[in-house]
Order: sequence, then structure tokens, then C-alpha cells
Amino acid sequence: MAQATNIIELKHITKIFDDNGFAAVSDFNLEVKRGEFVTFLGPSGCGKTTTLRMIAGFDIPTEGEILLNGEDITKLPPNKRPINTVFQRYALFPHMNIYENIAFGLKQKKMPKDEITRKVKKVLELVDLEGFEHRKINTLSGGQQQRVAIARALVNEPEILLLDEPLGALDLKMRKEMQLELKAMHDELGITFIYVTHDQEEALTMSDKIVVMSEGRMQQIGTPEDIYNEPVNAFVADFIGDSNIFNGIMTGKCLARFCGAQWKCVDDIAEGTHITAVVRPEDINFTEPSKGTIQGVVTSVIFKGMHYEITVESGKNEIVIQSVYSAKIGDRVGMVVDPDNIHIMIAEDHTNFIIGSITKEYSLEYNDHVLDVDLKDLIPGSSRDSSGRLLDSNGEEIDIRRTKIQISIQPQDITMTDDIEQGLVEGYISNLIYKGDHYSYVIHTDLEQDFVVDDEYLWNMDDHVGLILPIEKMKFSVKK
Amino acid sequence: MHKFSFSRKQLAIPYAIYLLCFVVAPLIVLIYYAFTNSNGEFTVSHLITFFSDPNTLGTLWYSLAVAIVTTLVCLLLAYPTAYILAKSNISGKSALLMVFIMPMWINFSLRITALKEILSLLEGNLAYYPFLNAVIGMTYDFLPFMILPIFNTISKLDDSLIEASRDLGADEFQAFLKVTLPLSIPGIISGVAMVFLPAMTNYVVLDMLYNSTYIMGSLIGSYFAAYDWHGGSMIALILLVLICVFTLLTRGGEEEGAGRGGVLL
Repeated sequence: MAQATNIIELKHITKIFDDNGFAAVSDFNLEVKRGEFVTFLGPSGCGKTTTLRMIAGFDIPTEGEILLNGEDITKLPPNKRPINTVFQRYALFPHMNIYENIAFGLKQKKMPKDEITRKVKKVLELVDLEGFEHRKINTLSGGQQQRVAIARALVNEPEILLLDEPLGALDLKMRKEMQLELKAMHDELGITFIYVTHDQEEALTMSDKIVVMSEGRMQQIGTPEDIYNEPVNAFVADFIGDSNIFNGIMTGKCLARFCGAQWKCVDDIAEGTHITAVVRPEDINFTEPSKGTIQGVVTSVIFKGMHYEITVESGKNEIVIQSVYSAKIGDRVGMVVDPDNIHIMIAEDHTNFIIGSITKEYSLEYNDHVLDVDLKDLIPGSSRDSSGRLLDSNGEEIDIRRTKIQISIQPQDITMTDDIEQGLVEGYISNLIYKGDHYSYVIHTDLEQDFVVDDEYLWNMDDHVGLILPIEKMKFSVKK
Repeated sequence: MHKFSFSRKQLAIPYAIYLLCFVVAPLIVLIYYAFTNSNGEFTVSHLITFFSDPNTLGTLWYSLAVAIVTTLVCLLLAYPTAYILAKSNISGKSALLMVFIMPMWINFSLRITALKEILSLLEGNLAYYPFLNAVIGMTYDFLPFMILPIFNTISKLDDSLIEASRDLGADEFQAFLKVTLPLSIPGIISGVAMVFLPAMTNYVVLDMLYNSTYIMGSLIGSYFAAYDWHGGSMIALILLVLICVFTLLTRGGEEEGAGRGGVLL
């Protein structure tokens, strides 16, 4: 039964671009039910537009299949799919008037002329542009062009309407209006909408279901409420709405320790598990300092219209609170959070792994840097013979080409430096998340590897940094 | 005392003088000669002669035929070339474009002499195929002027327009016919203007090919060679008017499409 109502299914979709080998989408799975409003949400470069283009037929997946009503359409050209697209910058035909633009798809279907005229008139009413048939495209405002683009797609009565950041080029007020209108159109027409945006508010306002994406992978799928209230990881929590994110540990049944205090929560996770705790700014309440679970000093107060945004420093942590009550800078306050509003996620293991190679001189090397360690200590049971060769526990010479050393190091043990030469490897900061008392960075290195680094200082996105990996913090294991 | 102040306007003075001496003045002389006889009296007889003499009219039609065929051949060769160059993803795209532009950098007379040798080798005697040789010579000379504006227009075309047409049910050929082709018309018009006008009047190419074909340029040349300044001037003036009309008709396309092509002129 559930199978029958799925209008489109994406199975293990992977897209690797030929020219640069970049994996834009990896192992993406999705089922969309008929009539749903699904939004792909994520930062730019997360693969959301590529996924949409594969559904439209402009890109062919490297792996995986796309089923429409149970039929494989993975390699079907776009003109054979009952799917229409509203493009990011409208893509209206400049050499045609509005009537001709909208009628384009119907003429392709060889529909009788009077029927085309009737349908164009009807769809123009739907988008509030009655009587605009003979206007030229370049006489329209951005908002009107957007409406024509929507009308041009909708007039074909597609089974699925794809919208690629359609409101990105509009001003704020226009965007809010169009959001409501699009939602109303969706409810009225009953067509399945797949919408792509990087604007979390837009996604929360319009969607039945949100797919949060990052770096080509689906992070979470769920209703807007699910995504907002129960983010599955720190990325989703950080991307959707404002959040305070802390690293911590479970200390008992429904008890977690983070931000320097013990908190009651509702998630029953095994004691001793490392966790990430997310608390929304509006869920933190002020009390007397003595009654608070934690205490702190107000460091900034910003009036935001509906509420005040108050920053409190508590120990090493900086906590953002949204409150209808104001506070004074320097006030000492206590803070409590309802157990229901503490969202606990099992911490992802961010251990960094690199592979070192062995040189002819039996030294360990990574990225052309020699690491000052003795291989004899790294390879269990190894010994040197009289001529200096390294033998394994069976007394045979170690094959330096086939033996690799895996080095692991924790995010908090890596230091970033401006002095590129000083680092073992260099790269660019590709992502950062604030976690209460430190920032968690992702550094994409020149060797095409991603390092996770925790640092208490703020660096900027795209900063070029060297990474210092202290040898005493490295753990080694032999790989063959 | 009036102080001399330097403004941007004064920068135009040298060109204004040049224009006056070498464009406006000769034009006035041309018009004067066209409407006078050898005694300096006003007459329209040269105008009447041009339109009543089957020889001059025949040459006009013949020139038109050469120019139209040359333009069409250039267009047929240039459009696919420009389209492939603009649409392909090959890395050495600009280098490839250079190959098509490079003949323009080689000395003109050297180029035509080389062409003459090749044609003689192929045809035996150049005199057998005057029309064909005229078209080949001019096509060879003017082809880059057709490729460049078309290439520019097609490369500037937004790919999402093609995708939109495919999305709306057009197959690849229909997308080309309904979107790419109509949107590259400014480039085509610009290219046509840049080939048709020179092809109409050029006679240096034909002269160097020892071509017996008689086109408008050669006709004027022959009048002047016979010291008939008045008749020659009238033909030149008529040609000028024809070109003005043609330019006015195609101006819209030139403005949009000329782009970088114009720089190389």
C-alpha cells in the first residue's frame, strides 16, 4: 500500500562529476508520496540542486536508480518525463512573449490552439497575471517573471513540479508573499512539489517534509517540527534555527553532564556515552542564580523586536538565550531548561585517520614530512637485524611498500596555525560549528582529506591553515 | 585674456580634422562629380545611364549574386563551426578559435597568392571557373568575420534556456530550432552584414586571383581607369546608397551581436 502512493523513489543515488571526480551526491535514498511538498535544504554545494537536476533528467546519476510511479526513469531524457522545473533565474525565453513562453510545452504536445489559449488564460489567472499574454518578458518585474516561470511549468500539469531556489532573486517582502502563494497553489492543485532552498525559514514555512543535506549526503529527513525539535546531529541543529551546542557525557539514567553541570533529560542513553547536547535559545529560562542549574554573567543584550537576544558567559561556555524579558549587562543570572527541551544525540566519533608510508630508511612519512618515531616501537614484535633491516615477529623482512601505518588523532589534539610551513599538512576551513566552549572545524586538505579539529579560537571559513599534529598524541596501528 | 581650458571635447579635434579631409571632403567631391558633366554643368544623365545600360545593371545583379552566394556559403560553414566551438567542453577552446582567426593575421596579398596557387593546381586554369573562384576567394577572406559574432552570441546563451525547453518537452533538435537558433539571430545578422557588404564591393581579391569576373568594384575601377570620373562617381554613389539602406536594415542585429567580432575589424 505504501509502495503504491510513492510517486518518486531515489535509490542509492550517487553522482560523481566526470571532469573533477567530485562526488556531489553520495548514496542518496528518498521516497516521496503523491501530493507531498518536499524541500531539499542545505548550504550551497551540498548536492541539493544536483539531486533535483537528476530528477529532472538534466544530469544522469553515476550509480543508483530513480523510479517514477514504480518505473525506472534514471536515463530518460528530460522531455520524456512528466516533470517540470521552475529554474533559479527563471530561464524565460527572451524572444517570446508571455503567451508563447507559457504555451511552449503545450505546443510541443501538439494540443489544439483554442485549448492552448484557454489553458494559458487559466494558468495566468492562477498566478495573478490576467491579461499579460502579449507583454514582453523584459517589461516584467522579477516577481512577475517568477510567476510566468511557475505558470509555464504548471500549465503542463506535471506529476511533479521541481523548484530550484525559485525565490532567491526576490526581495524579502516579495519572497514572503510568494512563499504563501506557492503553498496555497500546492494545496489547491495537489501536485507533488520538490523544492530546493538554502533558507531554513523558507523550508520550515512551506514543507510537509524536509530533507537536510550536507556534503552530498542526507543528514535528516522529517517534518519541519521533527527537524527543528529533534535534530539528529550537530550539523542539522546548527543549520536549522539558532542553537546552543555542547559536548558532554551521559552520567546516569536520563542524566547528562555538559556545560559544567548535570542536567535531567528525556533520552535514555547508556552511561558513559559521549554525547552532543542541543538547547534552543528560546528554551532556556532565567531564574535566581541560586536556583539555576548553571549560573553566568550577562555579556550582551540585543533587542530583536519580538524578543531579546541575551548572551551569557558561564565558565568557559557562551550561551545564547532568547527571552521576552530583558537583562542588564553584568547581571548574574541562573539558567534552567525543561528536560523535554534538551536534545541529546550520541556524539559522532570525529577521530582523524591518516595513512603514513615507510621510507627506505625505515622512517615514517606523511605528506613528505618525516615523523620522528621509531618503527620498531610501532610494529609489534619487530626487531632489527645486524645489517639494520627491520624484521617482523616471524623474523622476515618487512615489505616497506606494502606495510602502511595508520595514524589516528583526536580533534582536540590538532592545532591550527597561520604559519603554513610549520604544519604537517595544509588546507582550507570548509565548515565550522560553535559548540559552547569551542568551535568544531572541518579542514579540507590539499591531499583531499577532511580533518576535524576542535579549537577554542574563532577562525573564518576558507581560512588557509597549517595543521600541527603532535606526535605524542598520535596512535599508530599497522595496516597491510 | 581668455584662458585656454583643456576639455575632453578637444581630444576629438584631430579625428574631426581627419574626418573632414578624408571622408566628408571626398564625399562632397564624389557627389559633385556624380551630378556634373565634363564641362562642370549639372546633369542626371549618369544616373539615367546606370539604370538604362544593361551592362552596368547586369554587373549590379552579378555582384549581388556573388555577394549573396558568398554570404550563404560563409554562413553555412561558420554556423556549425561557431556552434561546436561555443558548446563543446574541450579545454583548448580559445586555441581552436585562434586557428580560425589566424588567417587574418597573415599578410593579405600573401594569403591570396597562396590561394591562387592552390586553385590553379586544382583547376588547371583559373579562367574556367570565374564565379566559383570569386566565391571561394571571398569566402576564404571573410569567413572569420562570420564565425566570430556567431560564436560570441552562442557562447553568451544561457544554458538554462536550453534546459528549460528540454524540460518543456522539446527534444534536442527542437530545442536547437526553437531556442538556440532564434537567439543566435543577432550574431547571424551581424556576421551577414560583415560579409555581405565587403563581398559586394571588394575587387582586390578578384584582381589578385586574375579573375575575369566583373563586379561593382571592378566596374568602378574600369571607369576610373578610362578617366570617366563622372560615371565612376555615380556608380560609387549608388553603391553607397545601397549599402546605407542595407546597413539600416541590419543595424538592430549589429548592435546586439557585433561584440568582440568588431574589435578585429
